[in-house]
Amino acid sequence: MNAARKLACVVVLAVCAVSLAANWLAPAGYARQFREAPSAPPSRQHLLGTDEVGRDRFARVLYGTRISLLLAPAAALVSTALAALIGGLAGYLGGIWLRLARGFTDLFLSLPWLFLLIAVRALLPLNTSPLASVLITFFILGLLGWAASARVLSTSADALRNSDFVLQARASGLHGPRLFFVHVLPNLKPVLYAQFWISIPVFILAEANLGILGLGVAEPLPSWGSLLRELEGMISFREEWWRLAPLLLLIVVMTSFQTLLSNEEVTA
Amino acid sequence: MNYRRASLRLLAGYALLFLTLTSGSAFAQNGGELRFCLRSEPKTFDPLLVDDDSSLSIRYLTGGVLVRVNRHTQELEPELAESWKVSQDGKQIAFKLRRGISFSDGTQFSADDVAFTMQRLMDPALHSSTGDAFRSGSGAVSTKIIAPDQISVTFPAPLAGLDRLFDQVAIMSAHSPKKEAAVLGPFMVAEYKAGSSVLLRRNPNYWKKDSQGRRLPYLDSIRLDIQPNRDVEMLRFKRGELDLINVIDSDYFDRLAATSLQLAHDAGPSLDADFMWFNQVASAPIPEYKRAWFRSTNFRRAISQAINRDDLSRVVFNGHAQPAVGPVSPANKFWFNSKLKAEPYRPDAALKRLQADGFHLQNGALFDKGGNAVEFSIVTNAGSKPRERMAVMVQEDLGKLGIKVNVVTLDPPSLIERISQKFNYEAAMFGFRNVDLDPNGQMNIWLSSAENHAWNPLQKSPETAWEAEIDRLMRAQASTADPKKRKESFDRVQEIVAEQAPFIYLVNQNALSAVSSAVEGANPGILSPQTFWNAERLTLNASARASR
Repeated sequence: MNAARKLACVVVLAVCAVSLAANWLAPAGYARQFREAPSAPPSRQHLLGTDEVGRDRFARVLYGTRISLLLAPAAALVSTALAALIGGLAGYLGGIWLRLARGFTDLFLSLPWLFLLIAVRALLPLNTSPLASVLITFFILGLLGWAASARVLSTSADALRNSDFVLQARASGLHGPRLFFVHVLPNLKPVLYAQFWISIPVFILAEANLGILGLGVAEPLPSWGSLLRELEGMISFREEWWRLAPLLLLIVVMTSFQTLLSNEEVTA
Repeated sequence: MNYRRASLRLLAGYALLFLTLTSGSAFAQNGGELRFCLRSEPKTFDPLLVDDDSSLSIRYLTGGVLVRVNRHTQELEPELAESWKVSQDGKQIAFKLRRGISFSDGTQFSADDVAFTMQRLMDPALHSSTGDAFRSGSGAVSTKIIAPDQISVTFPAPLAGLDRLFDQVAIMSAHSPKKEAAVLGPFMVAEYKAGSSVLLRRNPNYWKKDSQGRRLPYLDSIRLDIQPNRDVEMLRFKRGELDLINVIDSDYFDRLAATSLQLAHDAGPSLDADFMWFNQVASAPIPEYKRAWFRSTNFRRAISQAINRDDLSRVVFNGHAQPAVGPVSPANKFWFNSKLKAEPYRPDAALKRLQADGFHLQNGALFDKGGNAVEFSIVTNAGSKPRERMAVMVQEDLGKLGIKVNVVTLDPPSLIERISQKFNYEAAMFGFRNVDLDPNGQMNIWLSSAENHAWNPLQKSPETAWEAEIDRLMRAQASTADPKKRKESFDRVQEIVAEQAPFIYLVNQNALSAVSSAVEGANPGILSPQTFWNAERLTLNASARASR
């Protein structure tokens, strides 16, 4: 591991640790409204000032980070599992199954993601708690985000299917699920890991996009998306630089994630 | 020879002096170009088909009307009609027209044009929303030309506030081959670049003159840039590329006021209101116990009392809003019921009301008499930051009563489908943009059979006694021409709404606008169009004229 990756790893871990310690670091909480001090500048009481309804921005950034950083990997896990199931199996089975899976994947990739997300979200029951809404949002992201990974996995599995060691295993009488789970899937691991790590920033950004449209995590729960929305209409950065905190954090974390992934993993 | 030369010099000197002294007249010929933005593409230039804000602005600037509601005094003033008279039964209006007026293309204006306009406006095939306001009953609208400058229009049934409705009717030429391009207003459409801009030029035949006999309008032209992005609009205004912003948000307003206080104008409470309501539709897919809460007057009043409207005004709108009283804003000078006051923030009283209905607190959470925890969702449209902030504050206020509120923001099409077709929601928060001072404009809200009777629309017969009473009062005020009787009826409607709280009114936003220091004569008001209602009398200062 080179120095840049080590630094990126430290940054991601540090951000995760700080966000997990939000209860202690920001006792004001993310929902309490200090209505006598809306849109306040940084002070000892509010390190990053307050938002438009007087909520402590530092607390909201920490809790928002916690939500985005914990749930984006969960969504990535769901999408990678689906990709392994659909892409991996199709590649392993080959023939008509592979063509069908690729067609379905291409169709899924051609769908307008954002509109699909908006439509799916509009169908959800209204009386869901903020916590449930955040889980549902990321779960939907996970369910809809498998296609690109599945395409990569199907190609890798297809290559493995015709590899010497799989042919040898077949010749030894091994076939069906056992061949898939014992020989194919373990060899797909590097691709799966790479797809998992690549998906995390994608889901963070997807949630941020939804949040900017006001369709992300339900109030009063914060997320990076809803925090970035505060920047809407901001004309001068010099006057209220502290409002850029969630954006800077997003850039730092995204850069760290990209640095963490080596070229080999990204192209695996 | 020398004498002649000296005489010529003297003559030239006099001519120069004359030109200097009459520079005011010269100024009227070179008023410069006013610039501001339309926030969307105008859908039509036909004044009778106007249905969107951008087309409305163009109609206001180009259309000549018989009478005009003064946007400042809210009084009706003569325009193309010198005088008018409404019959006692409220079915007929007679106009005496001004003589010697021409359309922008030189065609003479006469009673023929008024008759042509009214016949076209009332043609059902035209589907004019302006015409809909004149539909009082079954039967045709007839016009009678008494003389070239006199005409009467008769309607099949009485129309309350009949004369004010003509503020929206831009007269079209019956004879001009240019059709809607021939106008009687101060400006005419000179150029339209789709997606980019509309250029209006001074109507050379405009009939009005100022007190010094100078022909209006002062401006040479108005350039309307089509710009939906408000950030860009504000940046361009700050750079001096735009002269007006008709309506701005409180955030933008404060930012502008911080740097250039004299450019930011707060005209006080507007006619617009933000409010919320509960779904009372019998067939709505919500649990029966929740429907029972929403149909309880005590529950609705308690919710109303538990909302801190002062905080909403102060925090969400930075003080540029007032706690709302009811369906009529205090800005509506004639129709507002001044006996009514905004519901004060009284959480203790709210809890007592709820307890009267069998609700009780248990471990900080509120339960109904059946043991159901009080929890509901408020839907509102995604993208409206002020409304989302209000919903979050209402969530916190009601949380103090032990009520759990889930705020749900939806994209507008999904939201409209839920609240007006499927009725699959519990509570909704919305805004009402009121452009009409007269309560007749609210008939489609208050009649229980109306489509926009949001809490329980399209009722075959009123489901509650108070809705039946509102129906009766609204019909009574609409069927008489006597303003006093109409006011009495509508005052009572406002009282019933305050007592029953079918809509929980939250705030009336202030009318905020921005006017560049280059513009002279601007007097922003609360009625649309806020900044350019007196466009014919607006001028640009010398430096702005020189730079354009």
